[in-house]
Amino acid sequence: MLDLLYSLTSFLPESLQTIIIILVKIAVLLIPLLLGVAYLTYAERKIIGYMQVRIGPNRVGPRGWLQPIADAVKLMFKEIVIPNFANKFLFLLAPVLSIGTALAAWAVVPFNAELVLADVNAGLLYILAMTSVGVYGVIIAGWASNSKYAMLSALRASAQIVSYEIAMGFALVGVLMASRSLNLGDIVIGQSGGIYHWYLLPLFPLFVVYFISGVAETNRAPFDVAEGESEIVAGFHVEYSGMAFSIFFLAEYANMILISMLASLMFLGGWLSPFEGIEIIQNSSLAFIGTASIGWLLAKAAFLLLLFLWFRATFPRYRYDQIMRLGWKVFIPITIVWIFVIGLMYYWQIGPWFTH
Amino acid sequence: MAEIRNYTMNFGPQHPAAHGVLRLVLELNGEVVQRADPHIGLLHRATEKLAESKPFNQSIGYMDRLDYVSMMCNEHAYVMTIEKLLGITVPVRAQYIRVMFDEITRILNHLMWIGAHGLDIGAMTIFLYAFREREDLMDVYEAVSGARMHATYYRPGGVYRDLPELMPQYQASKWHTQAEVNKLNENRQGSLLDFLDDFTQRFDTYVDEYETLLTENRIWKQRTVDIGIITPERAIALGFTGPMLRGSGVEWDLRKKQPYEVYDKMDFDIPVGVNGDCYDRYLVRMEEMRQSNRIIKQCIRWLRDNPGSVMLEDHKLTPPSREHMKEDMESLIHHFKLFTEGYSVPEGQAYAAVEHPKGEFGTYIISEGANKPYRLKIRAPGFVHLSALHEMVEGHMLADVVAVIGTQDIVFGEVDR
Repeated sequence: MLDLLYSLTSFLPESLQTIIIILVKIAVLLIPLLLGVAYLTYAERKIIGYMQVRIGPNRVGPRGWLQPIADAVKLMFKEIVIPNFANKFLFLLAPVLSIGTALAAWAVVPFNAELVLADVNAGLLYILAMTSVGVYGVIIAGWASNSKYAMLSALRASAQIVSYEIAMGFALVGVLMASRSLNLGDIVIGQSGGIYHWYLLPLFPLFVVYFISGVAETNRAPFDVAEGESEIVAGFHVEYSGMAFSIFFLAEYANMILISMLASLMFLGGWLSPFEGIEIIQNSSLAFIGTASIGWLLAKAAFLLLLFLWFRATFPRYRYDQIMRLGWKVFIPITIVWIFVIGLMYYWQIGPWFTH
Repeated sequence: MAEIRNYTMNFGPQHPAAHGVLRLVLELNGEVVQRADPHIGLLHRATEKLAESKPFNQSIGYMDRLDYVSMMCNEHAYVMTIEKLLGITVPVRAQYIRVMFDEITRILNHLMWIGAHGLDIGAMTIFLYAFREREDLMDVYEAVSGARMHATYYRPGGVYRDLPELMPQYQASKWHTQAEVNKLNENRQGSLLDFLDDFTQRFDTYVDEYETLLTENRIWKQRTVDIGIITPERAIALGFTGPMLRGSGVEWDLRKKQPYEVYDKMDFDIPVGVNGDCYDRYLVRMEEMRQSNRIIKQCIRWLRDNPGSVMLEDHKLTPPSREHMKEDMESLIHHFKLFTEGYSVPEGQAYAAVEHPKGEFGTYIISEGANKPYRLKIRAPGFVHLSALHEMVEGHMLADVVAVIGTQDIVFGEVDR
């Protein structure tokens, strides 16, 4: 593929060629991602619909499959209303900041051993940095809207995300200790050797903390206080309309997919098969389910995304101070204790994970 | 240094959790509520004044529109007041029908409440579950009165007509094939009572379903336990009634304390709370749904065995049958007089109250002997509860305001009248 691109663009000067190839790579990553986001909204409406004994969208196209397209078209044609006395520059910057970081984080996400846009050694740090900057989108949007509801939401979001970043960061420290690498590809390779080698087992509390913090980071129910519909209407994006609003929406869903992807990469063995190394399967015609493939990664991420939707259909919303209490008094102590436990496991070289 | 002021926020009238048109001016210190000032009147329709210019019967329809989630209970209080002034008692079968529909209405109201309360606190699914059951009860409303909400089914002297022998059925259409429709019609083959009987068999498991979603849910408990506590003494002093009062542990229910219609023949319990917080009121209302179901079962049993008249035979007050009108001059005159001029009510005043799903709902009528009330006063429980909003939310957080509005079960139709 890449060779073909190089030969096609070989008449261009080298610098231009590089740029074009980078752009093509970005397009190849982002177009499926944005389609994934669009159909995640459809999946959400359908799945939650069935959980709530109703049908969900079924009017646009066969079985409603074109619903996300119709939504996108509708939002694109809507006017972007800028409220009076709002800071116009920041008001328009905020959605850009949200989507920019949400998409940029995907640069270092590997899809299999070779397929990664940028094989950065500090991938984990890069992702932490990107998701943290994304929060500024929410905060700036809340402040720039010149609305009291949005302002409250910005305050809630900043407090919530600061506290959950810490828990999340500590959870990642555990992964770092287990894999001795910040490169996401290496983290996955460190888990190869069958389902018992996945970090899910030794790092189970960290997995739970990471995933719940991820739900909180993406402002999803039951942690959606920043947009808590029944309290502060829609929170930070209450004044946004049209495409500006839908960009926040895209960013939220892109982040959901990102969190699920990362959780599967770091704890569930990424693209590795859970049946790896089982001889009966490897010798049968079902050998393909025992081999690592991108399908496994997507399946694991899809399962975690289902959990996102399931939470939303099941749980009531936390109150803002309860979220803070959960973050500071439960999650952070758990992660700290478990990091200590990992240290001990590392010292005594326990299990298949810490032998080296 | 700049002066530090509280953050004043308009909560409503256009707000997803305002339950209609509540405008709440909140003074917040951070997220902590310092003062909550409910502004009412955005749904004022002058029901009391309108009633002064209409014959008695023509105001029954307005009563439906007061608390528009418990329609027939509103009618009941109004109709009972007129009956008290006229000094009439309605046939026993009509009394049973009224009791049955009061309890259906209570379930309807509480289902609406659990849905809205859940949604306010962020539990979406319960809302749609509750509406699934509401649909069946709405069909029952429609079967007896022709209207799904604003029934105007109770009349002075009884109820408009007897329960139908056939439950209306779904028809096949472009969207629903005959097979689908047959499935939907499975429990609609018999009479209305058969359909209701089937519903009462199912309903307890539905309530269990709601409870599995909420009762032991940690988040639900964190959001409702110790929120909006009202002590029994304060609850009485503030004039609370209904589940708001019983949630605080005061055992007061008009159905037991001053039984009207045939409630004294019914076997049911009055659930009371202990702590007077949102969670206790939640539990009280959940149990009330089960108790209402019990009452409906008893009514169904009695109504099956005891056919009879459902309307007083005094045609000065109640319309004659259509057949009589065709051949009997006097019936025709009765009909004409009744639907143009109405009937005159003896001079005097009366107050009658029912145990409405939200509390004590009463109407007070002063009659000067004319065919219209001189004055009608409506005692709406929601108004009393709303006036205690500040006391209930002071010192709580913004998200708790929503929980308290939900637990008060406010409907602006009756608050603003």
